[in-house]
Amino acid sequence: MMEKRHKILLLDDDTDWLTLSQEMLAALPSRPEILTANNGKRALSLLESEPVRLLICDLKMPRIDGLQILSIVRRRYPELRTVVLSGLEDEDFRSRAYALGVDLFWIKMEMQRNSKLFIECLESLLGRDDEPGFRGIQSKSLMDIIQMECLSRSSSVLRITRGPLVAKLWIQDGELIDAEAEGARGEAAFRRILSWKSGTFENLPAEPEHARTIMKPVNALLLETAQNIDEAASPATPESIEQAAHRKSVWKLSLLTREGADFVISIPPEGRGEPEALGTQMITPLVKWTRHAAAIARRLGEQLEAGPVMQVTGQNLERQVLVLEREERLFLVGWPVEATGNLLEKSRKLVASWDS
Amino acid sequence: MGFLKRFFRGRAGVQQLPTGTITVDRQGRIVTSTVSSAYPQNFLREIGRDVLDLFSEARTAQMPLAEISLQFGSLHITARELRGGAIIFLFPQTALLATPTRSRP
Repeated sequence: MMEKRHKILLLDDDTDWLTLSQEMLAALPSRPEILTANNGKRALSLLESEPVRLLICDLKMPRIDGLQILSIVRRRYPELRTVVLSGLEDEDFRSRAYALGVDLFWIKMEMQRNSKLFIECLESLLGRDDEPGFRGIQSKSLMDIIQMECLSRSSSVLRITRGPLVAKLWIQDGELIDAEAEGARGEAAFRRILSWKSGTFENLPAEPEHARTIMKPVNALLLETAQNIDEAASPATPESIEQAAHRKSVWKLSLLTREGADFVISIPPEGRGEPEALGTQMITPLVKWTRHAAAIARRLGEQLEAGPVMQVTGQNLERQVLVLEREERLFLVGWPVEATGNLLEKSRKLVASWDS
Repeated sequence: MGFLKRFFRGRAGVQQLPTGTITVDRQGRIVTSTVSSAYPQNFLREIGRDVLDLFSEARTAQMPLAEISLQFGSLHITARELRGGAIIFLFPQTALLATPTRSRP
């Protein structure tokens, strides 16, 4: 029986780069068929006519740029795997690309320096179906990845992204020395990270001067965390359910206070449960406005071919509000007008932590 | 040539994103516009009506808003309420910009 060859579409306005990348991708073990396009229109035509498995796309291109292409393909071809290969080393573009649902973001220079890892990541993307796990290394859990890094006595920084949440693990000579996630440091952050079931994983250069906050051996920490997960999965009594619900409310309130937000309303799809609000009594009218705003935004996005809705915001002299969508739920987050910093990022983190 | 074009155009095409500013009156009619006249006017009218709707419903919800922004993957719409109408700014979000536009909140 003939083995199925996947198709990869390379999109870049630089034809020399296309040739170079095409040669490099020929080294992929699964021997995929490589298609190329040097503009967005040509790429969309190819996607229309060919069953492409993976799109590798540049960002900065004339006329229709990479972000617009990604917005379009996400809507038209939700099953298509997407990789951004950009010369722009900019954190904003990286987060905007991930917000558009890309599977991997690589800088061109880094891809040339570490082509072996890049090839492995692509092979993993070509092979996987919708398995849970960490993008790039789908078959491994985070525990496996950490153990692999420690057993090989390597030094690196693992950057783990789960939607808007970003965590880091510092590994030095095979020892876990620090962790950072959701405003926590050290062991607390490590436990928090291990509760994540999926995300994006990147290997950054080691930081040998980084201060050590974790003293326990990594195996002891992994064992403790595994025990906690097992206990949480055991059958619960009515008392423990009530206690857990109380603990969750207290934790959410402390999260709201720590971030400095005025209120959060979590809104399920209509007919699927009651909205949950903290910090406001005006639930019904705000829920109605939020649902209407989200519906308008979705419709406009479709009509204008402007890509998915990232957020809706509003402000007056006293308050700023953001509407975000996460896993079928809508969230309305209110901030005092004097709140500073990137409120979009803060709101995304708050929403991502809400039900985790 | 023209014959073939009839068959091969359309589906893979991409609609240009609107760029510019429009002002709408309280009925949602476009009063002024700097958006290209080639861009479908019915889409602009729809944006105007939707924005006025959002301002009016926010007032009903006792959360009157002076400014509303809708951020899409490749387009940013910002609307400010004027007396009885609104001024609406349409910015395509592309990687060709030197610095990505950040949303204010």
